[in-house]
Amino acid sequence: MSAERPTADPRAFKDNSRLVLADPVLRRNFRGAMDFLTDKRAAQFPDADAFAELRDLGKQIRQHALANLPQLLMQLETRLHENGIHLHWAEDAAAANAIFLDLARRHDAPTMVKGKSMVSEEIGLNHEMAAHGIACIETDMGEYILQLDGDRPSHIIMPAIHKTKEDVAKIFATHIPGAGYTEDVEELIAIGRRALRNEFRTAKIGVSGVNFLVAETGSLVLVENEGNGRLSTTVPDVHIAITGIEKVVATLDHIAPLFTLLTRSATGQAVTTYLNVISGPRRADEKDGPREVHLILLDNGRSQAYREEHFRATLQCIRCGACMNHCPVYARIGGLSYGTTYPGPIGAIISPHLMNLDSTRDLPTASSLCGACGEVCPVGIPIPDLLMRLREAGRHSHPAAQQRQALKGQGAARSIVEVVAWKAWRLLYAHSALYALFAWIAPRLRVLAVAARSGWTRTRAPLRPARRSLREQLATRTPLHSRKALRDRHSPD
Amino acid sequence: MNPADNARARSAILARLREAAPADTGTAPGVAAYYGRLATPERSSIATRFAERARSWRAEVVDCTAHNWAEALARIVAAKGIRHLLAGRTTPLAAGIAALAPATSLHWYDETMETFKPVLFDQIDAGISTTRGGIADTGSLIVWPDADEPRTLSLVPPIHIAVLHAHTLHETLYAAMQAQRWAGQLPTNALLVTGPSKTADIQRLLVYGAHGPKQLVILLLHGEAGA
Ligand code: SF4
Repeated sequence: MSAERPTADPRAFKDNSRLVLADPVLRRNFRGAMDFLTDKRAAQFPDADAFAELRDLGKQIRQHALANLPQLLMQLETRLHENGIHLHWAEDAAAANAIFLDLARRHDAPTMVKGKSMVSEEIGLNHEMAAHGIACIETDMGEYILQLDGDRPSHIIMPAIHKTKEDVAKIFATHIPGAGYTEDVEELIAIGRRALRNEFRTAKIGVSGVNFLVAETGSLVLVENEGNGRLSTTVPDVHIAITGIEKVVATLDHIAPLFTLLTRSATGQAVTTYLNVISGPRRADEKDGPREVHLILLDNGRSQAYREEHFRATLQCIRCGACMNHCPVYARIGGLSYGTTYPGPIGAIISPHLMNLDSTRDLPTASSLCGACGEVCPVGIPIPDLLMRLREAGRHSHPAAQQRQALKGQGAARSIVEVVAWKAWRLLYAHSALYALFAWIAPRLRVLAVAARSGWTRTRAPLRPARRSLREQLATRTPLHSRKALRDRHSPD
Repeated sequence: MNPADNARARSAILARLREAAPADTGTAPGVAAYYGRLATPERSSIATRFAERARSWRAEVVDCTAHNWAEALARIVAAKGIRHLLAGRTTPLAAGIAALAPATSLHWYDETMETFKPVLFDQIDAGISTTRGGIADTGSLIVWPDADEPRTLSLVPPIHIAVLHAHTLHETLYAAMQAQRWAGQLPTNALLVTGPSKTADIQRLLVYGAHGPKQLVILLLHGEAGA
């Protein structure tokens, strides 16, 4: 990887993409990983009709949950309370971090071990805690590698796919005391396992994300392969889980189809090693498990997406990552370029709500609208349609009547030059006399055409009006086809 | 955190959602109907299909009966060189385990994890647990830890040995949840365990033995229900 890294700022999206596109190693890593993941998923869904049927069920479940969201959250609250799980509500990242800090101080915890949690990335937990002298230790192997290297996740399921085993060998040899240099992946994993064991054993607080919440039973459902999620939620005295308010489903049996959709779409596995259903802290007679379990429900812009019927579909997402695996843009520019917590198509449709449309204005344009993301999404989110709506919202501020539903930063991508250009275009094409004049002038002024136009001419020849306009060329073309003959040939009968 | 802040955040979030929630809350998803339509594979017995699946996740499946499982366990313990085995004292397995060769020291999970940590993390080679059933569709074990068989029994030791009765197998997770009435009686922690822990986080290369057990051995007991 080149010394210069893509920045964690969606406003730098275009520069970031250029940086990655120029790096052959990064490009090979992303391409290879995406091909691998798409092939594995395809093997899990050999029958298109069977997939469609299961996806419809997944979509129904998520839509039903969102349609009943306020009631389900209330029911969840009651059940969690009965189960002895503490519930905290956080409107934004700062509030969520304050809750973490408060709990860490109350338990006098200098470190927290973390299972994989994208929402904790979203609130910048590690950074915030570090500022208060509390170390958050990532324990997912991929996240651990990135943390040692001071890097960011480039994929929501496989965070370190942009690293080669040689990269990891170097990172481990440099940062883990006593670890020699090895490129043997089994040995590397063994080194990681050894290094983290003691952290699990001694940490007072374990942090995790949540894949699904069940209102009916007051349960937190976690899906994982490594066992670090189980360790983080079992060994430390206190377990703090954080997730978005949209993650709740009505009943426990809804988990069965969602679980299979998630694992098969994400990594192309029929199942993960662990499905971990947590419904309470250690009971008086039990010998292990955390003595306290806390759940932080984060809004952070989700209720904004909820307000508008179309954007609400964004919240159906179960974070499988299939849309990015199948995105031709993501496969080339990788997850780091987006500069947001959630990259790829899902990142493009969720980030404008979590941040605002102003800073994320370029993300909805990072799509060829080929439709692959919408096709593979296991809960039927019409991603291409939402990308179009966000592009639209980026260009036009909402009419006052609908101001209530306006997105933060709406109309931010509007550019005066572009607006003027389109107005002029409309004028020319609506008035034939003006157009004729334009067509006469343009070829005569062709020498004045600017040779370098940013963006376009970086990889293409400059555009220049032809010596003679199409009309002129047609008019003088050949006597065989008079204008009348042409008209006759093109008339319907 | 300040309870007043929490209450304020709660009502603000719920108010925003309530204001926007659709009047039509839709119909309940047809989960039962979907699973009702799924055809049960008939090519072989449920136990055979379970074992095939479980092995595909690199679990070792040892076929045995209610009468000879303890001998099978003794062979595994010997073959793997297990010197410290951890188990729950009052499970139905206890008598069979206690009969193991004296070369293996048996540890019962009798104290709380806090005081047991040095033994649990540094000494124990394998933990043996009962299961509540299995899922043929995916080769998964249903593990419900409790006071006698704590959560860490099947998590911290490098080898997990699980005893599964063939008559407790179900076709799908959904079928198991329904038949065993999960929703009404979930323990503090309920698990599906499918194979040993694994990761493909380094260059997509699959490695077994990430943070959880490196090996999973399933003693699959065939025979009459309750035998
Ligand atoms: S939008 Fe769909 S495909 Fe993309 S991560 Fe979410 S659930 Fe998966």
